[in-house]
Amino acid sequence: MDFSFSPEQDQLRAHARSFLEKRFPATRFAEIAMSEDGWDRASWPELARLGWTGASIAEAQGGAGQGFVEEAIVFEELGRALYAGPYFSTVALALPALACAPDLLAKVASGGLTATLAPDDPVRQSAGAKAKGAAVEARRAGDRWLLRGETDLVPDAGWVDAFVVEARGPDGIGLYLAERHDARPLIRVFDTVDTTRRLGRVTFDDDSARILAAPPAATAIIASTRRRALAALALEAVGVASFALALGVEHAKSRQQFGRPIGTYQAVSHKLADTYVETELARSLAYWAAWCVAEDDAQAELAAVAAKAYAAEAAVAACERAIQVHGGMGFTWDHPLHRYYKRALWIESFDRSGAAHRAEIAQALVAG
Amino acid sequence: MDLRDGPEEAAFRATLRTWLAANVPAELRGLRGWTGPALALGRAWSKRLAGAGYAGLTWPKEYGGAGQPWRYQAVYLEELAKAEAPQHLGVIGLGMAGPTIIAHGRPDQKARYLAEILSADDIWCQGFSEPGSGSDLASVRTRIELVGDHFVVNGQKVWSSYAHIADRCILLGRSAVTGEKHEGLTYLVVDMKSPGVEVRPLRQITGEAEFNEIFFTDVAVPKENLLGEIGGGWRVAMTTLSHERGTFGFALAGALDVAVRKLVALARERAGADALVRDRVAREWIELQALRYTNYRALAHLERTGAPGPEGSVAKLRWSEANQRLTKLAIEIVGQESQVADGDGTAAYWRYQQLRSRGNTIEAGTSEILRNIIAERVLGLPRSR
Ligand SMILES: Cc1cc2nc3c(=O)[nH]c(=O)nc-3n(C[C@H](O)[C@H](O)[C@H](O)COP(=O)(O)OP(=O)(O)OC[C@H]3O[C@@H](n4cnc5c(N)ncnc54)[C@H](O)[C@@H]3O)c2cc1C
Repeated sequence: MDFSFSPEQDQLRAHARSFLEKRFPATRFAEIAMSEDGWDRASWPELARLGWTGASIAEAQGGAGQGFVEEAIVFEELGRALYAGPYFSTVALALPALACAPDLLAKVASGGLTATLAPDDPVRQSAGAKAKGAAVEARRAGDRWLLRGETDLVPDAGWVDAFVVEARGPDGIGLYLAERHDARPLIRVFDTVDTTRRLGRVTFDDDSARILAAPPAATAIIASTRRRALAALALEAVGVASFALALGVEHAKSRQQFGRPIGTYQAVSHKLADTYVETELARSLAYWAAWCVAEDDAQAELAAVAAKAYAAEAAVAACERAIQVHGGMGFTWDHPLHRYYKRALWIESFDRSGAAHRAEIAQALVAG
Repeated sequence: MDLRDGPEEAAFRATLRTWLAANVPAELRGLRGWTGPALALGRAWSKRLAGAGYAGLTWPKEYGGAGQPWRYQAVYLEELAKAEAPQHLGVIGLGMAGPTIIAHGRPDQKARYLAEILSADDIWCQGFSEPGSGSDLASVRTRIELVGDHFVVNGQKVWSSYAHIADRCILLGRSAVTGEKHEGLTYLVVDMKSPGVEVRPLRQITGEAEFNEIFFTDVAVPKENLLGEIGGGWRVAMTTLSHERGTFGFALAGALDVAVRKLVALARERAGADALVRDRVAREWIELQALRYTNYRALAHLERTGAPGPEGSVAKLRWSEANQRLTKLAIEIVGQESQVADGDGTAAYWRYQQLRSRGNTIEAGTSEILRNIIAERVLGLPRSR
């Protein structure tokens, strides 16, 4: 029983922290978030060179041959730095399906391929799309497949090179890869509250695709993708919460009112203490989930669901308390806090609400 | 990072589990408190634990302990809670007085006290709080005066758990009334059978009497019972309090584990379809996992540095609040039957647990004080006082 990181893992974290602080200081957030692209494209080859895009990819495919615990460290640090770029989409959402094809893994490791997941989950379909019954369909055409249909709320849809598509074929849901070329498939990027992780609608109109996993195998990959994604977001949320806490503490020490630093008032300091406590509990859950996912442990599903539900709410609360502690300044567009807050809300809305996740856990406990 | 037991821990756990299955007296499972007939059973049970080598697992071998790493204590506390077995009767001796004596005691004091703590021959109590001094512990007023070759103690302690059955007391008192308040404190070991010591049990919110007032009137305490220096009592007391929050987190998470399992069973039986109840049950299950894994992180920190980290305060704070919410939910599910105090069925169990939980946010540092500690010592915020 040893719930600590190895010296190498600690080093990875320290390195990631200093790289991201230098490369993405808070002073650049607004510039990046409001840019046309919404991210700094030049950062992707750097992430690849650092070994982050291929952290869990085997060395034979150009990766670092590590596992999800190392990726977890990167997710937490990227959350803390509010990194804008398709790391979550590529490494958490797309990678399990891309692993069916070694050539694709090599491309991800080298930084030559970014991707996201176009899901077929009715929970995640917007009302409009559901009414049209528009899941994506897959039809065979020689040794290729053709995709037709529409999928909604796809993270980073406007940024990636390819889509892993959950599409309905003759035998059920399979996983297909549709690469982007010549303005196909059709993408509409929504004006997203968190401008650093924009959602989009992807419309396929007999677009050509390659099959990654046929129906029976796809089901297991889809389930493991969800566990990875939830655990990854729990870690990002921990990063977001710890940064919001640091901002709040800093302000409470320096801002004076009534002749004293506001941090002397317990109405202020106890809020921050609660944020610390919740962030630490969220961290424990997120590391637990990360370990379960890395080891494919029997508890991975419950751990990932619990960690995401808890950490997302902790991150939202951390930002809300930090905003309150900052007073009027916390309510401004110019202060970086609102960007963290919006990421926290994005994370909270992903997959299902905390209440729905708790219902899932209760079902396992009470019925199980 | 590996959350599985290593081979030695797994073997230790398996042996302990078998031992508990064979040795926990049925009358003591789910025990409420050390009162009445439970007391005699408690001594015997504690001796049995000690005889099997489960008392003082992390104490150095030279003091009669097993000299094991902290993780064994963690496994021990987890398994004890799972078996719903009561703790060793001498929790204050084992968890607080003993480690304080190991850290600050002279060789003759170690020789005199430690073996009897392990064997449960001596039960200890903690005389820190006073009517005028609770959270502000450094303001205690019980007088300690050196007269010739002994100290004379006069004053009153309160809320002292186990004092009604204790043989010895760790006492924090004042030896200097002028100067900085932290520097006038002295820490003594007091024999509870000394003339002038009077214990009056206090009935608590549950109806049971597990804590007490202690009155000291001209109590003579031999000079060799001094722990640390005269005027150096605060430093010694801090050692006691840091141990109060050390691996204690595992006992708390263990107790919460039992409570959550009972809550799930109750919800399944009586409110399985209620979505609001399900949401609250799931919240407590998640909170339990969060505390469990926070404890494992704290354990790794403890094993690396030898000192408990701030996670101990986190565990105590959140456990106490979780236990209050959880037991409240349970009596809500039980309904009006929870208001009937008779008997010892499900309703009576939860009624007792819910009332007892109100003390959890007060004992061993109130929630407000724990938040102060986190704000000041962990976050580095300015002092509120
Ligand atoms: C079941 C139980 C067992 C106990 N066992 C023992 C024992 O064995 N030995 C022993 O010595 N003591 C024991 N205690 C006493 C316990 O440690 C004290 O009750 C506790 O430290 C609080 O002190 P107090 O009761 O004097 O309350 P006070 O300190 O008067 O506090 C009253 C209220 O004011 C708040 N408060 C006080 N100071 C501050 C501050 N600076 N900032 C914000 N809020 C503040 C507190 O949080 C609390 O809500 C026990 C208590 C209980 C309930």
